[in-house]
Amino acid sequence: MSVDAKTVRKIAHLARLEVAEERLAPLADELNGILHWIEQLGEVDVEGVAPMASVEDVPTPTREDKITDGNIRDDVLANAPKTEEGFFVMPKAVE
Amino acid sequence: MSNLNELSLAEALKGLANKDFSSRELTQAHLDAMAGAETLNAYLVTTADQALAMADASDERRAKGKTGPLDGIPLGIKDLFCTKGVRTTAGSKILGDFTPPYESTVSANLWRDGAVMLGKLNMDEFAMGSSNENSAFGPVVNPWRAHVGDQKLVPGGSSGGSAAAVAAGLCLGATATDTGGSIRQPASFTGTVGIKPTYGRCSRYGIVAFASSLDQAGPITRTVEDAAIMLRSMSGHDPKDSTSLKADVPDFAAACTRSLKGLRIGVPKEYRVEGMPAEIEKIWADGMDWLRAEGCELVDVSLPHTKYALPAYYIIAPAEASSNLARYDGMRYGTRIEGADLTETYEKTRGQGFGEEVRRRIMIGAYVLSAGFYDAYYIRAQKVRARIAEDFKNAFAQCDALLTPTAPSAAFGINAKFNDPVKMYLNDIFTVTANLAGLPGISVPAALDNAGLPLGLQVIGKALDEETCFAVGGALERAAGFNAKPNKWW
Repeated sequence: MSVDAKTVRKIAHLARLEVAEERLAPLADELNGILHWIEQLGEVDVEGVAPMASVEDVPTPTREDKITDGNIRDDVLANAPKTEEGFFVMPKAVE
Repeated sequence: MSNLNELSLAEALKGLANKDFSSRELTQAHLDAMAGAETLNAYLVTTADQALAMADASDERRAKGKTGPLDGIPLGIKDLFCTKGVRTTAGSKILGDFTPPYESTVSANLWRDGAVMLGKLNMDEFAMGSSNENSAFGPVVNPWRAHVGDQKLVPGGSSGGSAAAVAAGLCLGATATDTGGSIRQPASFTGTVGIKPTYGRCSRYGIVAFASSLDQAGPITRTVEDAAIMLRSMSGHDPKDSTSLKADVPDFAAACTRSLKGLRIGVPKEYRVEGMPAEIEKIWADGMDWLRAEGCELVDVSLPHTKYALPAYYIIAPAEASSNLARYDGMRYGTRIEGADLTETYEKTRGQGFGEEVRRRIMIGAYVLSAGFYDAYYIRAQKVRARIAEDFKNAFAQCDALLTPTAPSAAFGINAKFNDPVKMYLNDIFTVTANLAGLPGISVPAALDNAGLPLGLQVIGKALDEETCFAVGGALERAAGFNAKPNKWW
């Protein structure tokens, strides 16, 4: 499988990355170099093998349902690029 | 007293206990060495005032006889660990002036045990890289140079700042992280010791995430014993990380001198790769001889899926990274670059805030997770990962630990591989398997090559058996008698 400039534009948009028009074709070449190399996984017999998402053989632990943190509004906002009256300020999200 | 920055961490602990010097003197010696080593670009931030205050507090504790296992020891912290009140960048521009209001569990454990923070160490952006050339703040320069010439070499990556600082005497030890080899490969390139413990040994809380199922913290130090001392403090269960293991933390340092009599050491035939320099073949064979002399039995083993480990990694790690790095949207922290609307603001912020390699990996990740490709790429890679883990399980039925080279080459020149991603990725060929299987792996300096550059050997152990890694690593260290130091040219 390989990607063309159009696909690169689509992936970049999915990942919310601005890519200059003239970078699309070179980026497609770079990604194809990596994807082509990855293709060799097709040789491996994985019949009946379960996909491995974690190396740990233990069930995900659950914690007690109680509040352990909070009332740190100023800490939460301390690194925000823009705030107002205790809120994050961001561009309009709903037209 | 001179050359306080050339002691091992264990020697420094003894010197402090004997009152040969104070933590303040020890810390000041390191701050002075750091001030004279700016050309290496190992530190992104120096926290001199904080370091001296922590050193004074340590000296006061010592005067009262109340010391911790690392009391007064000055350390460097990879800039992937959040440090309360000290800017943390992950080697990226996108985090801007991000100053964490909280502390990572691993660094908090070190401060709990009395250590002193010297500053934050340079690294490849978001820990993505094998040469430190992907840092938004410029590459780290390896303190090692070849005998001939004055070419600047890479220190390896992504923990290049950590490895360079330890090799150059700019700290007694450093924290590092390893997702595909980022502790062990730089350790090999700089003549230092680095261990990636079992996945789950160290809490990931407060470590900027790259690929969460692979990321693991560990130390880089100048000796095996130092790594054991530091890892013990770093390790332990943490309720804030659900993947952190509820396992007792043994006295790793005690394992460093353990007898190896009767231990079976596996030598995987698939690690004998085409084009590997003869010098690496040689140190590997030397390593086998050294262990045989200690009473080990050498066993030929096979890890048949080794060649598929890196391609599987370059699906799994970018997939996890593309999800993890979705949080950098310029809204809650970090840099924001305004666009005409919300989407354009996201795209500009991320397009300009992330460096080239990070953008490349996010795109690979987004692609392999996208509709229509998920099963063919991502699920298949996870199945191959299961095969790789199974290989190790089978091998460990015949042996107690594995001996391999750490990296397929010595340190290379800055810019030598920068424009060829796949060639760069191949640096991790011997280290990435331990990440995929969650196993501990240690790199120990074994020799200098003909050019005068350090080469490391790797010991991979069973899950939660770092002690055998330390025991075998300690024996390799004693047999190798590696005590070379880089000539100070900086």
